[in-house]
Amino acid sequence: MTSLALTRDRIARVRPGPALAALLIAAFLLLFLVVPVVQVIFVAFQDKTTGAFTLVNFADFFRNDLFMRSFGNSVYVSAMSVVVASLLALPLAYLTTRFEFRGAVLIQSLGIIPLIMPPFIGAVAMQLLFGRNGTVNLLLRDHFGFSIPFMEGLNGVIFVQSIHYFPFILINLSASLKIIDRAMEESAQNLGCHGFRLFRRIVFPLAMPGYVAGASLVFIKVFDDLGTPLLLNVNDMLAPQAYLRISSIGIADPMGYVISVVLIACSLLALWVSALAMRGKDYATVQRGGGGLAKRRLKPLELVAAYGIVLLILVLVLAPHIGLGLLSFATIWSFSPLPDAFTLKHYHTVFTESGQYITNTLLYASLAALLDVAIGTAIAYLVLRTKLPGRQWLDYVAMAALAVPGVVLGIGYLRSFYGVPMPFSGQPLSNFWLILVFALAIRRLPYALRACTAALQQVSSSLEEAAENLGATKLRTVGRIVVPLMSGGILAGFVTSFATAAVELSATIMLVHSQSDAPLAYGLYVYMQSAAGRGPGAALGIFAVIIVGLGTYLSHVVIERGRRERGQDH
Amino acid sequence: MLRTTLARRTLGNAAAALAVLLLSGTAAFAQEASGKLVIVTSFPKDLTTAYQQAFQKAYPKVTVEILNRNTNAGVKYLQETASNNGVDLFWASAPDAFEVLKSAQLLQPYKPKVEGIPEKVGAYPVNDPEGMYAGFAASGYGIMWNTRYMKANDLPVPKEWADLTKPAYYDHVAISAPSRSGTTHLTIETILQGEGWEKGWRTNKEMAGNYRTITERSFGVPDGVNSGAFGVGIVIDFFALSSQASGFPVEFAYPTVTTIVPANIGVVKNAPNKAAAETFVDFLLSPKGQEVLLEPAIRRLPVNPATYEKAPAGYPNPFKDKSLGAQVNFDVNVSQARYNVVDALFDQLITFQLDDLKAATKAIQQGEAALAKKPNDKAKALLAEARDLVAAMPVTAEQAADPQLAGAFTVERKSAKDAVPERQAQIEQKWAAFAKENYAAARKKADEAMALVR
Repeated sequence: MTSLALTRDRIARVRPGPALAALLIAAFLLLFLVVPVVQVIFVAFQDKTTGAFTLVNFADFFRNDLFMRSFGNSVYVSAMSVVVASLLALPLAYLTTRFEFRGAVLIQSLGIIPLIMPPFIGAVAMQLLFGRNGTVNLLLRDHFGFSIPFMEGLNGVIFVQSIHYFPFILINLSASLKIIDRAMEESAQNLGCHGFRLFRRIVFPLAMPGYVAGASLVFIKVFDDLGTPLLLNVNDMLAPQAYLRISSIGIADPMGYVISVVLIACSLLALWVSALAMRGKDYATVQRGGGGLAKRRLKPLELVAAYGIVLLILVLVLAPHIGLGLLSFATIWSFSPLPDAFTLKHYHTVFTESGQYITNTLLYASLAALLDVAIGTAIAYLVLRTKLPGRQWLDYVAMAALAVPGVVLGIGYLRSFYGVPMPFSGQPLSNFWLILVFALAIRRLPYALRACTAALQQVSSSLEEAAENLGATKLRTVGRIVVPLMSGGILAGFVTSFATAAVELSATIMLVHSQSDAPLAYGLYVYMQSAAGRGPGAALGIFAVIIVGLGTYLSHVVIERGRRERGQDH
Repeated sequence: MLRTTLARRTLGNAAAALAVLLLSGTAAFAQEASGKLVIVTSFPKDLTTAYQQAFQKAYPKVTVEILNRNTNAGVKYLQETASNNGVDLFWASAPDAFEVLKSAQLLQPYKPKVEGIPEKVGAYPVNDPEGMYAGFAASGYGIMWNTRYMKANDLPVPKEWADLTKPAYYDHVAISAPSRSGTTHLTIETILQGEGWEKGWRTNKEMAGNYRTITERSFGVPDGVNSGAFGVGIVIDFFALSSQASGFPVEFAYPTVTTIVPANIGVVKNAPNKAAAETFVDFLLSPKGQEVLLEPAIRRLPVNPATYEKAPAGYPNPFKDKSLGAQVNFDVNVSQARYNVVDALFDQLITFQLDDLKAATKAIQQGEAALAKKPNDKAKALLAEARDLVAAMPVTAEQAADPQLAGAFTVERKSAKDAVPERQAQIEQKWAAFAKENYAAARKKADEAMALVR
């Protein structure tokens, strides 16, 4: 009887609307993610001479010292980056949520800026500041006779990556800390638990899910990030090895594709492990509405120390942008702590030459981000609120995009869509600029999806039931109740997707087929190929940061206003 | 916004189609090129923009569209899109990239109409004998350094490749990987041809022992020298000359063993706008087009000897200065036969083993310094052995040119029947292990020598 009721219930729940949406999304993912990637990955399982299926390429991978060393280095660098990023994020998150602290909002917003590191330039600016002959080391050597190897080898990669990706931990950890029930802390205090013990035994475990979510994102991003190790000339890591093989040797050598398969497998493994860790800790977020941790007022001396720490971290994490800013105004900057002189010339060059890049970027990144939140919301809704069979797979497949190297996606798109002519014009589909938008959307979908899922988890389903009991249709309920209540999360997803898509290079560089369609990242790439282009390149980079920074700020304003209007402010 | 862009594009396409129709009808009367010209190039913006503007001024009916990709990516793009080609010209430095395109039958012949271009620049033919591509500018390879860096570190000015093997330059030199940079590949190959396989590799490895880093982009080297990240870089001349003209405190020298090689342009097979493509090639070689090369941000050597009259004082002139590139009789066929093998050897023996190679080099250099103060025959012999271990190669010049070995590295497998003795990954692993063992043994011997003379 129960099972019969369940089946009937299930059938009743499978409505045509959600099913249609699921099919559409599945088709989109299949067409623009699975097919192109599988086309490329296929080579990994092919015998080079006969074309038959084989696993010998994987055997070669595990027998090769260089690849095993690269594998070890990638794991080490990713793990160390998580550690260093945590050291940067923990104090910022804790101080700003736990204590009454002026400028907390500013700090949280500034915490986003490091994510917007335009390709090429972040590492260039870091070299100028922290390199062997960068500002800091030149000054140290002149005045104290020693230098610090910030940027040497793997250390350099860890340093730059931690600064680049620590916001993932900061954002998630702050969100977790904010929703911890005050009662938990108070009971612990009543039982005599104070200070560091309180933090270690109560606060930190309760904030664990957010931390794990952030840390796993950092791990995966560092694991398959290409730009930073490549620019620092560290090539014995997996992502650079894959890129070097694919871009210089091509299909004659399957190892590049084998490495891509290994990259994807490792990323999925990391996601799965973090999902397990999160599942175990779910109780932490069940009790909500406690209004977050009690905010304590700091004693004057503590306040000075706290500001000191925060300021130090902020200077450190904003260093690439400070360096970039200096470079964009510099005439010549060579083997000296500061540029020889300053000029506005580079901005003039960019203004007159690069308008097209900026408008293209705004168009592509915002379309991609819109697509991301639309699909993200839909998948979140299908997974959490419907009983469609196989709905979880939409989530898995979309998340797998996180692990697909941009170059692989770019080559896959060329392979899959170049032979397909467009209606009317007859030009190849892969030359159509909307393909760039799809590539960006697919690459950023995981960020939006996680944000939307988290947002929907916080909307009680009783609100929907109430609306439906009052006679609203499902579609109307979603449109008028669910989506507005999710708006905070949707906007967060939009911002992260937009901000990171605006500076994406690896997939776009393969797909740009005409200058008039090129986005900003391509422009940066072009500028950074010549001595005279370094200044204008830096100026264009500053534009990228300002555009994305403004976008972030505006959406914060919108989110806050929305929260206040709905009386969620506390 | 979306719809208007779409509409604009469709309209643009229709207009272009109409223009082509009109043009083909009137081609008999009007020679003037028009329409859209698409160029895939690896050249920096400074060069392409200058030509784009100069050409559009001379031929206002042509819209030039520049697509910037590095040489390898450009070749790959042409290969992937050959089925429905939309590119008119391929424009890049490395002659071997053009050879790849030529053997894949992705180029079509064109004989430029311009007269007065010599057959050879240095010892290298300017044009492809089959007319598939044409040289328009020449470049040589050499050494670039940052004067502030050299002063701060008290380094002497390098003149020859052998200078860079001296202990003074330890950890101060940079190069880009030949597998990533066509121009660096030519530098390495030039040294191998100029000094012979064994001695050439010895020079390359002894220089490598002093490398600070091996960059992945060609431009990474001049960029690092410009900013002072390292002091000395092995580069193609115009990187240094244009950096200097942009105001950076850098200088440049051609060693005796260098090759002057033309940078090329070729018309792509089935070019949509063949007429404009050919006009562009002729424009590049015309006096007006050649003068553009002298601009401070470009600074390449014209292939038209007449243009040097307009060059600033001190501009290198391979047609007058016969020592430039004359010593090496660069053999393109030899280079072609072992192309991938040389790249793979460099990567496996040097790029990916740089830490071990540097450690061995450091030990040898210290041992020799100590030996100079306190002579000891046994230590001297040990150090010579150590140097030989570092210089040893896993393959001979004959083996490197063997098509069987090269077969493991070829870009396309011609047919399933083509015999490939070993997989590329296997061979690479063997070479890497060879290098690792030798460098460790060399280091041990150098340490033993050090113990004797300490």
